[in-house]
Amino acid sequence: MDWRRFAIIALIIGIMFGTVVLIGVSQNSALVLITSMLATTIAVATPLTLGALSGLYCERAGVVNIGIEGMMLGAAFFGWLASIYMNTVFHLAAMPSLLTGVVTAVVTGGLFALLHAVLSITFKVDQIIGGTVINILAAGITGFLNRQMFFGGGSVFGGQIPHSPGVLPRIHVPVLGDIPGLGRVFEQQPIALAALALVVITHFVLFYTRWGLRTRAVGEHPAAADTVGINVIRMRYMNVIIGGMLAGLGGAYFTLESISSFEPLMTNGRGFIALAAMIFGNWTPFGAWAAALVFGAAQALQINLQFLRQLIPPQWAFLQNSYVVGLAPYVLTMLILTGLIGRTIPPAADGKVYEK
Amino acid sequence: MQSADQQGFLRNLTRRLDPLIVPLLAILTAVVIGGLIIWAVGGDPIAAYRGLVQGAFGSDRALSETAVWATPYIFAGLAVAVAFKGGLFNIGAEGQLAFGAVMAALIGYALPDWLHTPIPAYIHIPLAIGLGVLAGAAWAAIPGALKAYTGGHEVINTIMMNYIALNLTSFLLNGPMKDPNPLNVVARTPSIAESARIPPIFVDLRVHWGFVLALLVAAFMWWLLWKTTVGFEIRTVGANPDAAKYAGINVKRTIVISMALSGALAGLAGAIEVTGLNYRHELGFSVGYGFDAIAIALLGRTNPFGVILAAILFGAMRNGATRMQFLTQIPIDIISVIQALILLFVAADAIVRYIYRIRAREERVVLTRGWGG
Repeated sequence: MDWRRFAIIALIIGIMFGTVVLIGVSQNSALVLITSMLATTIAVATPLTLGALSGLYCERAGVVNIGIEGMMLGAAFFGWLASIYMNTVFHLAAMPSLLTGVVTAVVTGGLFALLHAVLSITFKVDQIIGGTVINILAAGITGFLNRQMFFGGGSVFGGQIPHSPGVLPRIHVPVLGDIPGLGRVFEQQPIALAALALVVITHFVLFYTRWGLRTRAVGEHPAAADTVGINVIRMRYMNVIIGGMLAGLGGAYFTLESISSFEPLMTNGRGFIALAAMIFGNWTPFGAWAAALVFGAAQALQINLQFLRQLIPPQWAFLQNSYVVGLAPYVLTMLILTGLIGRTIPPAADGKVYEK
Repeated sequence: MQSADQQGFLRNLTRRLDPLIVPLLAILTAVVIGGLIIWAVGGDPIAAYRGLVQGAFGSDRALSETAVWATPYIFAGLAVAVAFKGGLFNIGAEGQLAFGAVMAALIGYALPDWLHTPIPAYIHIPLAIGLGVLAGAAWAAIPGALKAYTGGHEVINTIMMNYIALNLTSFLLNGPMKDPNPLNVVARTPSIAESARIPPIFVDLRVHWGFVLALLVAAFMWWLLWKTTVGFEIRTVGANPDAAKYAGINVKRTIVISMALSGALAGLAGAIEVTGLNYRHELGFSVGYGFDAIAIALLGRTNPFGVILAAILFGAMRNGATRMQFLTQIPIDIISVIQALILLFVAADAIVRYIYRIRAREERVVLTRGWGG
């Protein structure tokens, strides 16, 4: 990850923050606006960060995973289902119900990833097709079960009205949270904080451990890795499953941390944007995180402009249209992928089936 | 004991049937697993499937509705299939379809007003459809050009174009193109003029000439892909871009043409739905067609005639599902699960071959390439 890329990312985020400050400064102080934007950016970037890390583990080991979207959607549904099931049927308190939900989401992500691994590593199915299968399967299963269990006759709640245990509470971070003014940026919910920690952990694992070295070897030159005794198939399986579990945690964000309900297709392309973030970050954890923050900032901009609607000057009227502002992350993704902002280099064996 | 002749005949027969055997077994396996899921959630799979078949083929009206469902599936399936032939994965059929539909609706309702004169049907219908096709082609040509000239991967770009299309059509259908009727509360265009409507084939049935057009277009695509220079270039670039380059084919231009052709077919799907069936465009109607089209193209083995069969199967399932839900209260979403399973087993034909102990053919078709290619 070169400094130029980080500079461009900082510039884009700066422009978006600047827009909000310019519009809102007549009502709030700049510091309040910036901390609020920063807090929202970090929160909404959570599934993108986790999705990008998920893609990172898979692709560093040489397996393309475009099924992150489906893994997140499936995890969002089953995690949410587990949490309200625990809350309604076993009368568990809110906190243990939610934690069960998070664990279920992570396991769901791992299971979807296992399917992807079986398809793409063992059965040598085209990896992009395999990922598409996962996306369609997740959309179908969650849509079907959602309607069957809540609107059809097959309720699993034994006649009880299901009630949701709410969302995960905010956590006060000891030192960082006490900084005056800026402290509230770190007043985040647990999955958002875990995502930040996982960026650092992934960087360490990939570049400073034997596991990371082996993973990268398998993704760059599997034949050479095999020759020195690394089990290519096993490394790929493990990394894809780890990636799926991270995507599952990202899925949990949607139904256990952001809002406390499920809607069909609620991931709304975040899995794909996460992949774009990973590519823009040149397959590095910090780069992917920075890119995820760009998309988070675009979304935070959209949210903040809704709040500041009345203050938008008439010559900037287009900013009032949420459809126009809503285009930003998608157009940005495409611009990034054109390679306008420096070429990115994927792992050499990315997407290639390993045949002995 | 069999004679050598008979053995040769049998071997020949299995080889000829092989392209059909795996999809059929994939469908069978998916239907069995779908039945298990229905049973697991407390339904009666036999009754559900009986309702499904009845709803799809049980009467003249059922057959007509199956054809109505199959029509956009044939076009959209062909769209994805053509892209596959060119070595491209078009996940953006949904957005291209939406744009074709928006354009056809605009020409359909607004053109007579702009010209202050009624337009004869033989001009109005082709114009609405033709511009819808162009809109779809243009929408797909963008990711095609990005792929050819900058290397931006079409999988992500076509998906992004889907979301951009969704935002833009939301804007248009809630704003400038919204049906001004005071009773209207949904995001939709006004009704198109009578002169822009494709007539139904039979009185009292909804199946329209768009279905016949779909069959003709499928035949045309077969001719285009296998009997013309353009088709040869598309297939060569899809099979091996390096070889295509050494053979003097303009690879970049061919990639753009493949995507534009794919988008044109998706736009046609949208335009035909507007001019032949709904007589307007309503927000959200295009959702889901993109992924269904991928499944249909793969199930049809990217062959135009295979696509027709796969599209009719999917149309029958979607159509019959309504009656199944009415009779057995099984949600129609089970169809999406079965379709995903079909796609799973078609894509992973190794699984089907493993379950049913069928030997693999020698050649493997490369459908897509990773980020590098």
